[in-house]
Amino acid sequence: MDFTRRETMAIGAAAGLAAVLPMPALASATDDLINEFTGGADVAEGGVELDAPEIAENGNTVPIEVSAEGAEAIMVLAAGNPTPPVATFKFGPLAGAHRAKTRIRLAGTQDVVAVAKMADGSFAKTSKTVKVTIGGCGG
Amino acid sequence: MAKGVRPRVKVPKTADAGDTITIKTLISHKMESGQRKDSDGNVIPRSIINNFVVTFNGETVIDVVMEPAISTNPYFEFEAKVPESGEFKFVWHDDDGSVYEETKKIEAA
Repeated sequence: MDFTRRETMAIGAAAGLAAVLPMPALASATDDLINEFTGGADVAEGGVELDAPEIAENGNTVPIEVSAEGAEAIMVLAAGNPTPPVATFKFGPLAGAHRAKTRIRLAGTQDVVAVAKMADGSFAKTSKTVKVTIGGCGG
Repeated sequence: MAKGVRPRVKVPKTADAGDTITIKTLISHKMESGQRKDSDGNVIPRSIINNFVVTFNGETVIDVVMEPAISTNPYFEFEAKVPESGEFKFVWHDDDGSVYEETKKIEAA
């Protein structure tokens, strides 16, 4: 079976589209939570730092660190967990730096998302993919 | 009240006034997520610590809302400003209504 150049391009484009399409459906629960947190405001990419390992051997304890200069609150979500919310850090007047470290559970390889609410009312977001060898949700 | 809950907090004893210090906290707690099943296939009910608040002389340092995705024996590390001598108060709220508290004094020079 021979493909002309044009046919090959069309097949490639269709495959690309198919790979992209399921993403919004999967991310919707996370998006809803982000909308709830921001009240529908625009969320800028970057401005928050999320430090997580690229590969976590054990999904039961994955060390993460979030920080955002001038943030009032930072919400952490695990998009692929049965329940995506992980934690919300609210910083008070005596917070030395808007930074916190903790350990979280991840059910499997997935994106971890951090959304920060800045003191001026704007929002920033970042995400990082963590590969998990052994999931951390029992079962 | 969940069994064997023991808070552990690491705060320096002294600091310069106005300095920022790092605080590490850990509390032993099962943090049952409500997702697991026992050997008979029944869901083990959720039992976690859902809120953690740190204050210094009554002013908030950090307030964390916790969900089942926080690991067993929740660990937190964060930074706090020390404007004067005083006392840090750490409060954990359990799903079952129990409250675990710990205080640490710090001298500011």
